[in-house]
Amino acid sequence: MTPMRTSHPALHTVIGIVLVAVMLFPVYWMVNASLAPAGNALNTQWFPLDPDFSGYSRAIADQGQNLLTSLIVAVGACLLSVVIAAPCAYALAQLNIRGTGVLVFFVLISQMIPGIVIANALYTAYSPLGLINSIPGLILADASQGIPFAILIMRAYLESFPSSIVEAARVDGCGHVRAFWSIVLPVSKNSLVTAAIFSFLFAWSDFLMALTLTTGETIRPVTLGLYTYIGTNDTDWSAVMSTAVLSSLPAVILMIIAQKYIAAGATGGAVK
Amino acid sequence: MTTTTDTPRPGRDAARRRDLLVRIGFIVPAVLYMLAFFGFPILKNIVMSFQAYDFATFFNGSAPFIGLENYAATLSDPIFLRALRNTGLFTVGSILGQFVLGMGLALYFRKRFPLSGFLRSLLLLPWLLPMIVSAAVWRWILEQDNGVLNRFLENVGLISEPIPWLVSSDTALIAVIGVYIWLGIPFNVVLLYSGLQSIPEELYEAGALDGATGWKAFRHITLPMLRPVVSVVLLLGVIYTLKVLDLIIGLTGGGPANATQTLATRSYEMSFVEFDFGQGAALSNILIVIALAFAIVYLRANARAAKKG
Repeated sequence: MTPMRTSHPALHTVIGIVLVAVMLFPVYWMVNASLAPAGNALNTQWFPLDPDFSGYSRAIADQGQNLLTSLIVAVGACLLSVVIAAPCAYALAQLNIRGTGVLVFFVLISQMIPGIVIANALYTAYSPLGLINSIPGLILADASQGIPFAILIMRAYLESFPSSIVEAARVDGCGHVRAFWSIVLPVSKNSLVTAAIFSFLFAWSDFLMALTLTTGETIRPVTLGLYTYIGTNDTDWSAVMSTAVLSSLPAVILMIIAQKYIAAGATGGAVK
Repeated sequence: MTTTTDTPRPGRDAARRRDLLVRIGFIVPAVLYMLAFFGFPILKNIVMSFQAYDFATFFNGSAPFIGLENYAATLSDPIFLRALRNTGLFTVGSILGQFVLGMGLALYFRKRFPLSGFLRSLLLLPWLLPMIVSAAVWRWILEQDNGVLNRFLENVGLISEPIPWLVSSDTALIAVIGVYIWLGIPFNVVLLYSGLQSIPEELYEAGALDGATGWKAFRHITLPMLRPVVSVVLLLGVIYTLKVLDLIIGLTGGGPANATQTLATRSYEMSFVEFDFGQGAALSNILIVIALAFAIVYLRANARAAKKG
């Protein structure tokens, strides 16, 4: 459909910019405060006219290792989510296996289970298995958000993928695995990328699993690092805000370079 | 595909069985994962809620069954009642605020003007940031003496004394709701905007001929057409809001004096601070029942919305 016509487009743009500026003020304020000198919290200026980058050097000294941990966990959870979800999504959409309706139902419901329920039980299971304070433990736990989401978003796409193409290949003697690998995966690249981006962001943003499944400083994702940073009595706000900016970078970068995938994921997860 | 030759072929059954196994192989990893990371936790929570599962259990492995004691202790705990009330206020307050403001923005950005698509996509940013980052930023904004909100309100003369947003039990819940409204607006805008896009403009043109413009058009055309999307947005909002933990832990830790304690944060506190996993599990199960009740309503509403197209 054609969008609504407006009589004063320029005025609307100005108001639109003001609305977005108000909404994004906290993000601006985070960047602004990250550039303020340490201990000068009282006089944070409205504009960073005299930017001080010492907050960033302190943030990297304190949290650099944690940022790296987060990156490893998020990449791991992203790969795990896609590897597990892609074949499942294909099977659910195209292979007519009996009982798959039940599986889809459980995948839908699983997204609504509060994370604390999972964390409660995982802690008791992880302790004897030695998975507390471990990268694999966090990767497995963090994928609990990525996997259901990835299954649903890829299945939604593959349902609309004409099954005749795969069938034609099968007639030519192509096995299920090869058909999946060399026909289905290449054409579903878009939904695969959307699933991967969101699985990455879910794991990167995870706080609950980090809070409950790690106990020491050796393995500590940056979300938990940030939390312990603000918990200290004498909070060094410019270092905290620098850490916050660094933790926001993946989301910002992905929003700029992968806008169409982000938009697809934002609506695809909810309304189909 | 079906092969219609009826002549018995040796090995056909074996081939068919192999084919089925290969097809099932596609879903096996996902099924195993779902069982381990959703099925097991749910069962484990149910079992633990009937056990004295605490600090000692992690040392000597004994977790005696104690019947309904965990539930009795939970239900008679004044903090539980407080958390239940807070969960209700937090959910209703947040959802109303997000929905009204999200709807306003979605309607605004539906108009065609330069940069509208670009500006709308920028609105998504708060939703993509890690929740704990938002908590840190808002803690600094809401800080009593140096926070920018109090400084701004003082400068324009709205208040004379700085408001202790997060440290007073009178304002903490309001502040937390305010922050969560901010966080949830993008989600509401995205879904409502895509719902608005699917309303044919001819309806508005026809309505305008009958004198339905502005508010009248919104009430008699937009709202009825948008109803399926609205119910999905509201129900998903409730389900997601019940789960919120990062934000509250980051902003207030459930305090001061349990003023912002919710079922989710209390369950966390019971298990991981008090180390009483039995009671933590009982709380979790109460939370699950509430979430699932809304989930079922949601799935039905979603199915209805899908049927209507």
